[in-house]
Formats: sequence, structure tokens, C-alpha cells
Amino acid sequence: MKIHEYQGKEILRKFGVTTPRGVPCFSVDEAVKAAETLGGKVWVVKAQIHAGGRGKGGGVKVAKSLDEVRQYADQILGMQLVTHQTGPEGQKVRRLLIEEGADIKKEYYVAALTDRATQKVAMMASSEGGMDIEEVAHSTPEKILKVFVDPAVGLTDEQALLLSNGIGVPEGSTAQAVDTLKKLYTTYMETDCSLAEINPLILEGNGTIKALDAKFNFDSNALYRHPEIVEFRDLDEEDADEIEASKFDLAYISLDGNIGCLVNGAGLAMATMDTIKLFGAEPANFLDVGGGATTEKVTEAFKIMLKNPKVKGILVNIFGGIMRCDTIATGVVTAAKEVHLSVPLVVRMKGTNEEIGKQILRDSGLPIIAADTMAEAAQKIVDAVK
Amino acid sequence: MSILINKDTKVITQGITGKTGQFHTEKCQEYANGKECFVAGVNPKKAGEKIFDIPIYASVKEAAAETGATVSVIYVPPAGAAAAIWEAAEADLDLAICITEGIPVRDMLEVRNKMKKKVAAGGKETLLLGPNCPGLITPDEIKIGIMPGHIHRKGRIGVVSRSGTLTYEAVAQLTEIGLGQSSAVGIGGDPINGLKHIDVMRMFNDDPDTDAVIMIGEIGGPDEAEAAMWCKANMKKPIVGFIAGVTAPAGKRMGHAGALISGGADTADAKLAIMEECGFTVTRNPSEMAKLLKAML
Repeated sequence: MKIHEYQGKEILRKFGVTTPRGVPCFSVDEAVKAAETLGGKVWVVKAQIHAGGRGKGGGVKVAKSLDEVRQYADQILGMQLVTHQTGPEGQKVRRLLIEEGADIKKEYYVAALTDRATQKVAMMASSEGGMDIEEVAHSTPEKILKVFVDPAVGLTDEQALLLSNGIGVPEGSTAQAVDTLKKLYTTYMETDCSLAEINPLILEGNGTIKALDAKFNFDSNALYRHPEIVEFRDLDEEDADEIEASKFDLAYISLDGNIGCLVNGAGLAMATMDTIKLFGAEPANFLDVGGGATTEKVTEAFKIMLKNPKVKGILVNIFGGIMRCDTIATGVVTAAKEVHLSVPLVVRMKGTNEEIGKQILRDSGLPIIAADTMAEAAQKIVDAVK
Repeated sequence: MSILINKDTKVITQGITGKTGQFHTEKCQEYANGKECFVAGVNPKKAGEKIFDIPIYASVKEAAAETGATVSVIYVPPAGAAAAIWEAAEADLDLAICITEGIPVRDMLEVRNKMKKKVAAGGKETLLLGPNCPGLITPDEIKIGIMPGHIHRKGRIGVVSRSGTLTYEAVAQLTEIGLGQSSAVGIGGDPINGLKHIDVMRMFNDDPDTDAVIMIGEIGGPDEAEAAMWCKANMKKPIVGFIAGVTAPAGKRMGHAGALISGGADTADAKLAIMEECGFTVTRNPSEMAKLLKAML
């Protein structure tokens, strides 16, 4: 689960990390009022969307007067902000963060993430703050430093010092940098993050270390123990169909093609999508109905797929194990009738009670196209939508 | 022979009294030598009782001591699953198979580091399979997990995969063209897990009764590439490789917690390229995995 920058900073402050003072706002008037309350002469007006690269897309502006705050807030609020992470259609800005200006002397990058190879949390730091870190990793990988943390010990002073010195934090600010890194690690563990990134972490003219940005991802398996983080969820930032699907315990992801697929199992679902592409078309979605699919779940899955106007045909690929093919066949027939299915439907079923399942499909009176293999199914649905 | 388990393996079921545990324990008992293999269950509140004639013990340690079991299978719900894995490790079992899906990553990090430290300090190593996996099977001998037993057939092909239904797909293809399996292993779809492709490939390489292997991976993580490099230097048997997720978009979690493209090396194309370089026969058509393998024998 992702959250907004201002929410991330709220969490960081709770764990003792210094951030600029700021106020989240939902309207232009609120933004001006927030700037007044914050005081000072310089403010930053920041679009709050879940995607990165906001600055480049025109979603972050420095205002030198209250009039400018008003002007920029008015510009940014409601705009379709396009960044390299939003896709060409962009994401509508519904929230702003108004922040006091910062005296940036130097920008660093620090982050925590789970490293699969070592099975430890990797704490990373770079002197190249404020840049796209993937770009840094690609062109100058030696400028990214990493230490791996033993979860029983936590990030040690030695490790934090290694990072701080390695990225060139001046001596007078070392203690605060070390402290910030250790607090970032604690935040990561205590809140069950899958990514906690501060880019940039800045050094101010007076030597203060501050988190100027905050990007958090949380492990969805652990949200049950963090109701305070679930509160931060912003449904406006998520795909409406994906939210709808999750209510029925369906794993669904919208894609750009025109063939809907309904599959049991994540790996088989991806393999089915890949097979569709191999036969010259593109999948419209990823959809895993899971192990315990009921008629209701299959019906909901059909409804969600068909909401997408691009869908010109549907491929159902089920490997019946514990879930029997006859159960799925009944579900497919019921669903197809209930939604008055008008696009071609190819069903490939394999495994437990395969023959009974196929018979149910044949007896349904529906124009269901049967297939024996994934490849045959893909070929048939691709032909059917041509 | 086979890898990891055979008809003489004695198994403890952790979480045997839950709905999932009960359902699958019954299916596992019905398969091949299952009645002899599934010898104990664990639930501290129901110690002394029986379920399907299987005695329930208060702890894994006690169950192992009383029955001589060396393997456990875990169906414990996510919040308690990592603790269940650690209990199996503390009882010095040979292997713990964790079926549970949805365990917090931090819990897995902590238990994996504890398990490694125990071994580093001279303690016995308990192998972990999973979590979020279908388990493993040695056809006609024993099935531990949630896979449909009837699609398997005894034979000489090894199968290893991160995905459950995609493993079944490969197995069914093999069985259909007359190739049986030595063992079929689901290593699970989570980012922090126990046995990886490389570990299972090593076992298949050493198993005199495995002639060839189908290795199935998916987007996300370095495991398939690591296994491919090892195979290039060491593997003596033919391998067919498939990676699911050529069409998966970056930054989206594709069902499995570990199936996420966060960098270039995570993509299916990158993994397929490395596997091909390392001498695998790779395919982009998952329907022809078994056919390709047969042509290599």
C-alpha cells in the first residue's frame, strides 16, 4: 500500500526524524491560509499524488509570496499531473502539501528496503540526492552505498556512520545523519514497510539534516496490525476496478489489451496473459480468482472484466486441483447468463472433474468455445476477436 | 529415489485442527503411503486428542520425540505462521513446509535470520520450503501439501516452480505425454522464502533417479538468474525453463507478493535471456514445456 508524502512525513516525525513544517490542503484557500500560518517568506506548493517524479511534471513550485502560493495552488490543484510513473493520462491532483521553504546546501538519498538475496533489510545512501535513483544506479552504481542489517541487532552506529561518511555528510552534521538513518530503519521495521525512501534528505546551511520528501510502501500482508496506516489509504489514487475486485478477494490488475482473462493461480494467470501475447493479441487484465472460487466470485470476476469497454473477448483458464472443474463450469455458465455475455468466450479446463465440467459447458446452450491447451485457447480467442 | 521426501518420511502437521489443515491432511492421507506418513498433529489446546486417527501433541518437539517424525507441514494462519516455522526449526526437524499465504515479510525476515544464526552457531539446519507454496510430492509415495495428487505419475523428471497451478500445468503436460515425475516442488511466491530454485536444482542434479528438470519462474527477484548461473557451471541434466510474466507491467504486484518488477533484472525477458545463456532450453509458450523436454531425452 502506498501513501502520500505528507502522511509519510507525519510517520517520520512520529519516529523523531526532522522534516520541514507543512500542512496538507484540499483547496486553494486552505493553501493560502496554511502558508500564512506557517509564516516566513518562502513556501513550497507540492502536489500530493502517489506517483514519483512530481517536480519534473510541474507539480512542485516554490512560492515567494502569498499571491504566488495562491497562484500555484490554483494551478496544481485539479491538474492531471503526468510523470514517468503515472502513464500518459496522468493522475488528478486532489491534495496539496504547503511547506516552509528550506535552505538546501546539499541533497542526499537514503532508503530502506528488503533485500531478497541476503534476506536482510538493506539501508542505502547516496551523495546523488534529488535525482532519479534508478538513473544513478544505472550510470554511477558506485555512488550508491549499501549496508545489510541483522534484524536481531538493528542498524548499528558503525553501519550508519559508514553510510553518513560515505556520502560525505560534513562532520558537524554526522551525529544527526546517523540518528536519522537509525530512525529511518526503526520506522521501516516498526511499520512493516516494503520501501521507505527519503529523496532528498537535505543538509541546510545551518547544518541541520531534514527529510525533504518521503516515499513509503507498506507490506499488505502486515496491514492487519497497523490500523493507523490503513487510515492513510487514499482510494482516489487507486484503480477503481482493482478496489472493487479486492472486495471479492480477487487479485485483479487492469492492462491495455482487449482480451479479458480469468485464471486460478497467479503464475498460471501470468502464463495465460503471456500466451495471449504470443498468439498476437494483448491481455486486458490480470485476474487470479484464487483457490476457493465460488459461483459468486466468478460472476463478480466477469462483471469486473466486462466493465472495461476495451474487452472484446474472454479467456477462462482453470487448472482444477482442489477446486473442481465442474464447480468452475457452473460458475462460468451462471455468470455468463447473469451478465448477458455478448463477447466470445473460450474456456480451457484441466484437472479434477474435467469431463463433467466440459459437459456442463456443452449443455449450457451458450456459445462457449472449448479448448484443451492454453495455446489452443489463446489461438481461439485471438481468432474470435479478429 | 527422489528429493527431500519419500514413502518412509514421517510428517507432523502444524495447524491440523484448522479448516485448511484438516481438509488437506485428509487428502494427503488418502494419497499413496499417506496413512503411514502422516503421524502427528500439533495444537497445544487439543493435545491428547486425535483427528483422522492422527494423535495431536502440544508441541512439535514432543510430536517429533514421540513419533520420530522429521518433516512438518504448516497450515497455521499468517499471524502465527512464522512462529510455527521457528518451532519446527527449534525441534531440529529436517524440513518444514509452509503452505500459509500472507505472512508479513518482517516476520519471515526475522525467522529466516534466526534459522541462519542457529546453523552458524553449530545448530542443526532445518530446511524450509515456502511459505505461500503448494508443497511437494514424490508421486506414488507421498504428497505433502495442497496439489491434486491424481495428475502425477511416478517417473524421472523433476519439476520446480514458484507458482502452484503452473506446477500442476507442467506436471499434467508431462503425465499426458508419458513422462512421470521424480519429485515436483513448489518453492512459493513470497519474496522471503526458504529453499530457492538453486537449492532444488542442486538436489535434482544429485538425485540418480532424476533425468531432466522443468524449472519455472516468474517476474521479480534474483533467484532464477542465480540458479541459472549455478546450472551453467554444474548441472549435468537437461533443463527446460519458463518464466511467467512477459506481459506483466512494472511496479504492479501480480498476485504473488514476490511477483513484482522493480528493476531491469526482475523482468521475464531478462531472466529468460540469462537462462538461455546458461544452457537452458527456454520457451515462451508454457503449453510446450513437456514436449520440449521430451525432445531432449
